[in-house]
Amino acid sequence: MAGQPLKSQRFRTEREADWARLDDHVRKVERSGPGSLSDAELLSIPVLYRAALSSLSVARATSLDHELIAYLESLCARAYFFVYGSRSTLADRAGRFFRADWPAAARALWRETMAAWLLMALGAIVAYALVRQDSDWFYAFIPSQMAGGRDPSATTAFLHSTLYDDRRQGLSVFATFLFTHNAQIALIAFALGFAFCIPTAFLMIVNGAMVGAMFALYAPRGLGWRLGGWLFIHGTTELYAVALAGAAGFRIGWALAFPGASARIDAVGKAGRQAAMLMFGVVLMLSVAGLLEGLGRQLIQSDLIRYAIAGFMASGWTAYLYWPRRGPSVGG
Amino acid sequence: MAEAATDRLTPEKPGRVRTLVTPEGIDLRLVLADAGQRATAFLIDAAIIVGALVAATIVIAVSFLAFKGKPGEVLAILWLLVFFFLRNAYFIAFELRPGAATPGKRALGLRVASRDGRPLTADAIFARNAMREIEVYLPATFLLVRGGGVDGLIILSGLIWCCVFVFFPLFNRDRLRVGDLVAGTWVVRVPVRRLLPDLAAAGGRTTFAFTSAQIDAYGVKELHVLEDVIRRGSAPMVAEVAMRIRRKIGWTAGATESDWDFLSAYYAALRGRLESRLLFGHRRVDKYDIPGGASRPGGISP
Repeated sequence: MAGQPLKSQRFRTEREADWARLDDHVRKVERSGPGSLSDAELLSIPVLYRAALSSLSVARATSLDHELIAYLESLCARAYFFVYGSRSTLADRAGRFFRADWPAAARALWRETMAAWLLMALGAIVAYALVRQDSDWFYAFIPSQMAGGRDPSATTAFLHSTLYDDRRQGLSVFATFLFTHNAQIALIAFALGFAFCIPTAFLMIVNGAMVGAMFALYAPRGLGWRLGGWLFIHGTTELYAVALAGAAGFRIGWALAFPGASARIDAVGKAGRQAAMLMFGVVLMLSVAGLLEGLGRQLIQSDLIRYAIAGFMASGWTAYLYWPRRGPSVGG
Repeated sequence: MAEAATDRLTPEKPGRVRTLVTPEGIDLRLVLADAGQRATAFLIDAAIIVGALVAATIVIAVSFLAFKGKPGEVLAILWLLVFFFLRNAYFIAFELRPGAATPGKRALGLRVASRDGRPLTADAIFARNAMREIEVYLPATFLLVRGGGVDGLIILSGLIWCCVFVFFPLFNRDRLRVGDLVAGTWVVRVPVRRLLPDLAAAGGRTTFAFTSAQIDAYGVKELHVLEDVIRRGSAPMVAEVAMRIRRKIGWTAGATESDWDFLSAYYAALRGRLESRLLFGHRRVDKYDIPGGASRPGGISP
């Protein structure tokens, strides 16, 4: 069979150099981003991609070289992901997130957010009533390592001191710890929504119950107002974030249980992307809450200023997230 | 031919191929990653994370001792943040890059892609990785809990519950984990391939004179198996396949003829014949698909 090469061989030798160039460009992009290519190289990618795609189509129809087809399929797929991939830079993306996507996601999930607030309120009221009735209930709601001596057996003077005197050595360390700890809890509340909302609902109730139990401990001794300042200086931001995280979890669980007109898998995907947008905001809110709790609360001793900050944060978040505005709605 | 033996050499199983039609109208036939590849990629990433955490801890501890504990506060914050970012941002940061793959995935030629073929968005990546909280970290926590007043039965039921999420990918066709389901993504295998030399070029240079009847013995399926054997087969397999082909086409080996040369030459001849048929609109599927004769039902593809 010595003699002239096959048509498929000639086809391959004529185009091989272009494929190699595309391969090289795509490899560079995958390794170090589009910035590593010159303008000319960047502009050549779509042209080379379409040429490779056309080669793939011809090769499938006329060539029986298995290796060649597998190579072209892989090359075209990699180039496709770049050519039709996301265009926006990180700065663009972040700008759009703060301007439109985060508030839009919060507004889209307002029903779930209300549900999360109601569950927390329910937990708080029930825990308050139970602890007032029988102080032993306190131990059921607040783990002893978290209470740190603040339990029904403590003296009023001690309880008073916990609200003002816990100036710790490493305030900033404490703030960082609070942030990472709370962010992790919020992520769990979000992820658990997948189990048909139930564990998330449970987390919301428990979270509310802890607040209720604390009030039931302090309020009868005339410290209710002071505890409010101590708790809400960061609590308005933190509870807001927890409610939004719970809402994100509810949205996923709800889409899974009641997908409506679309297929279950599509409904969950859409809900998931929307809820994730909100979760990113939640993590940011929790970092603010961590700073307020770790630094602000220790440095600011006046109840009035504490309440002022609490009110300012709460109204600020509400205005930012729910103030009506024009703009594109959130989408996948 | 030795089909049973060469089956494992054919790279992709058809059950994992998914259609992705580009705007140019061509199906890219994406191949999904299988559970083993996903698990391996994850283990590589987990090893990197743990390694980085250990390294960061050692560096921070050493500098703590070196500075006589003075900047302890800063170092403690640093450690907490390193831990937080390694745990949460590692996967997100790597998957946001153009390669859409963590080092572990890249090592196995995997990448994350949107199931509907549209661009992979940042929110999808965030969603699929936030779900790791219940797929990885929660089960890990349950495994690490020892005593501490927690009932063994509770730990056990927690573990069983977690197993639902851990083994979720094994129970759906597309090997989606819960995170993929929630984010509308999947993980595909698009390895960086090197284009190997064309076998027909090597085979075309040798001087074997096959008769037309000898070349007509096989179809496309056998051609591809033959290609695999020549490229990746072991020496005994090459000898076995060469022996069988010689017997089938009635070829007597010359004194100095090597098995590999014979197979390459036969491959080139067979491919030339089948490709010229292909140009005339007939793809001979396999050796039972006799041209002009009674063909097998469904044997001829358009």
